Amino acid sequence: MDKPNNRLISLGGAAIAAPLGWLARAIDPPLRALQKLGGTNAMAAFFLAPNMLIFGVFVLFPLLVNIVYSMTGGNALFLTNRTFVGLDQYERLFSCANYLDPRSCREDLFWTAVWNTAWFVVLQVTLMVGVALVTALILNRELKARGFWRAVFFFPVLLSPVVVGLIWRWILQREGLLNFMLYSAGGEPVNWLVERDWAFFWAITVSVWAHMGFYALILLAGLQAIPKDLYEAAEMDGTRPVRVFWRITLPLLMPNLLVVLVLTLIRAVQIFDEVYVLTGGGPGTSTLFITQYIYEIGFASHLRNPGLASAASILMGLVLIVLTLFQLGVARRNDRRSGKT
Amino acid sequence: MSRISAFLLRRRGGERWHWTDVFTWFWLIAGFLVMFGPAAWLVNSSFKTPAALAEFPPTILPYVTELVTVEGYDQPLPLYRVTLEDGTERVLAEVRRIGIVAQMVDPADPAEVIRVNINQRTPQRTVSFATENYVQPLVANDFLRFLWNSVFVTVMATIITLLTNSMAAFALSKYNFRGRSTVMMLVIATLMVPLSVIIVPLYSVISAMGLFNSLWGVILPTVATPTGVFMLRQYMLTIPDELIDAARMDKASEWQIYWRIVLPLTAPALAVLAIFSVVWRWNDFLWPLIVLSRRELYTLQVGLNTYAGELNVQWHFILAMTVVTMIPVVLVFIFLQRFITTGIAGTGLK
Repeated sequence: MDKPNNRLISLGGAAIAAPLGWLARAIDPPLRALQKLGGTNAMAAFFLAPNMLIFGVFVLFPLLVNIVYSMTGGNALFLTNRTFVGLDQYERLFSCANYLDPRSCREDLFWTAVWNTAWFVVLQVTLMVGVALVTALILNRELKARGFWRAVFFFPVLLSPVVVGLIWRWILQREGLLNFMLYSAGGEPVNWLVERDWAFFWAITVSVWAHMGFYALILLAGLQAIPKDLYEAAEMDGTRPVRVFWRITLPLLMPNLLVVLVLTLIRAVQIFDEVYVLTGGGPGTSTLFITQYIYEIGFASHLRNPGLASAASILMGLVLIVLTLFQLGVARRNDRRSGKT
Repeated sequence: MSRISAFLLRRRGGERWHWTDVFTWFWLIAGFLVMFGPAAWLVNSSFKTPAALAEFPPTILPYVTELVTVEGYDQPLPLYRVTLEDGTERVLAEVRRIGIVAQMVDPADPAEVIRVNINQRTPQRTVSFATENYVQPLVANDFLRFLWNSVFVTVMATIITLLTNSMAAFALSKYNFRGRSTVMMLVIATLMVPLSVIIVPLYSVISAMGLFNSLWGVILPTVATPTGVFMLRQYMLTIPDELIDAARMDKASEWQIYWRIVLPLTAPALAVLAIFSVVWRWNDFLWPLIVLSRRELYTLQVGLNTYAGELNVQWHFILAMTVVTMIPVVLVFIFLQRFITTGIAGTGLK
């Protein structure tokens, strides 16, 4: 970790610490009393308490409640007012003549969202990993001002999804910059966000644009960790560059590549914000993804059904748990490997 | 010619250009245009008037048609450069347009009306930055309110995150107590639980606590970040225990050890978490969208989305406010970018 700019820390630190400072002094005497009474165990509990309380109330409790919630029906908000319906919500989600054809399903929107998300995940993850890998390889070359170029590709990562969505809506609108460029080149303007396939294409492209720099950075760190003498040895032996890539770079980059793959998968399954601002799920339902389905059924639409939304969110959660366990497995394998060498 | 290109393409060490070199420069320059271009175009457009925004093809600079007040007319009239039938060029003000004929007057001599074919005139334009795009939504619309809400949420959430996460990390790194590994497992396990999986029941929890339509309802569920606890704990493990034992000898209380010794030593990690927290909370969208339904409570992100979703999108305001929303993050990017990139490369968090 880089050592941060000291002046900045002291500045920011002073602004926050000044009012907190006397608070910290004020609570010291009661805490000393607590320490005397309960010993260090009590102090450990005290230090853990705020975080664990917030965590318990706003993450753990809702997580457990969600399972029960998904087995209730009706429109009431609070669990106590809801009627128990068993697995009805799941049955409803899965009642389908043909899973490949959303129109044959009772919850056609759900299956539309599922298939849209599946396609999105496959295409976006492929594109994302590919582009990030090429970018990382290029940034790893001997470049003048590498820091600058790295910053160029990283820039959109920090932008908010709403800003990303609006930037691209402005470019892709009918009289936007892209159509102007097409028109100057002699082409016909296209209604990018009104045509189904184009809207889907842009949902993928914009999300890759927004996040690619983050993954390129992880891959770049992996590339820079590859020992230089391996390349020198290969050069001495007169190995062709293509072979160097397949035999040295790629195998040694594999741990980072796997991490990036799993992270992009996990994020792609949950895609919502920037696409929602860009297309609103449209045209029709062509860019409706699973998180938006949960949001609309749970909160926004006139067909509000919190139980159904909760069941759908649990199904998505299961997919994410599988992916995360896979990620932890990958991380553990990486740790073992680096421990060995 | 070939000597010029040979000069331009000459490389250090006299090596020839390889296709990978060409590809590298293609990728870097294309990347520069694609990554910065869209945002730059947005900033550029945000200084144009609604009339200029509606123009196709768009211009690079923000032009406005010059207006002039002419005696005898209430409204200011637009100025045009007109080529008359005898070939002379004059600057005239347009009174009205009927079909393809424009009725124009000379501002110096408004009595005589001249009829001109509209193909014979071009608008007289000057460059002018439409700063009212920025001023008006902040003053007349609710954007100042949104801005304040966003700042409040970001600052409060970041302070609470730093405090609670560092306390938990301190307990998890410097104490041996029963159940420590269970707590640690719990923290890691929740890395798996993204907000979108629990929004439905979380919404009922927030409502039951009376936090619906309250900024605290936006802040509280986000502050117990497992990534923050994990990162700070890893950092605190590197602080030698001898330091803490020595402080205990000097009769420092456990709270003082945390506040006076461990916290200052964790400053670099705290700074990284602070930056991330600011960016996360500033950019949050889905959760504020659910919790806040009253317009005066909207954060910038929700407010922007609402205005952009209206039937009649006022793009000149939206563009300007998008720029305002970008500013803090761009500042973070410019001044702390090195710091974030090394943070990501080291820990893989975002």
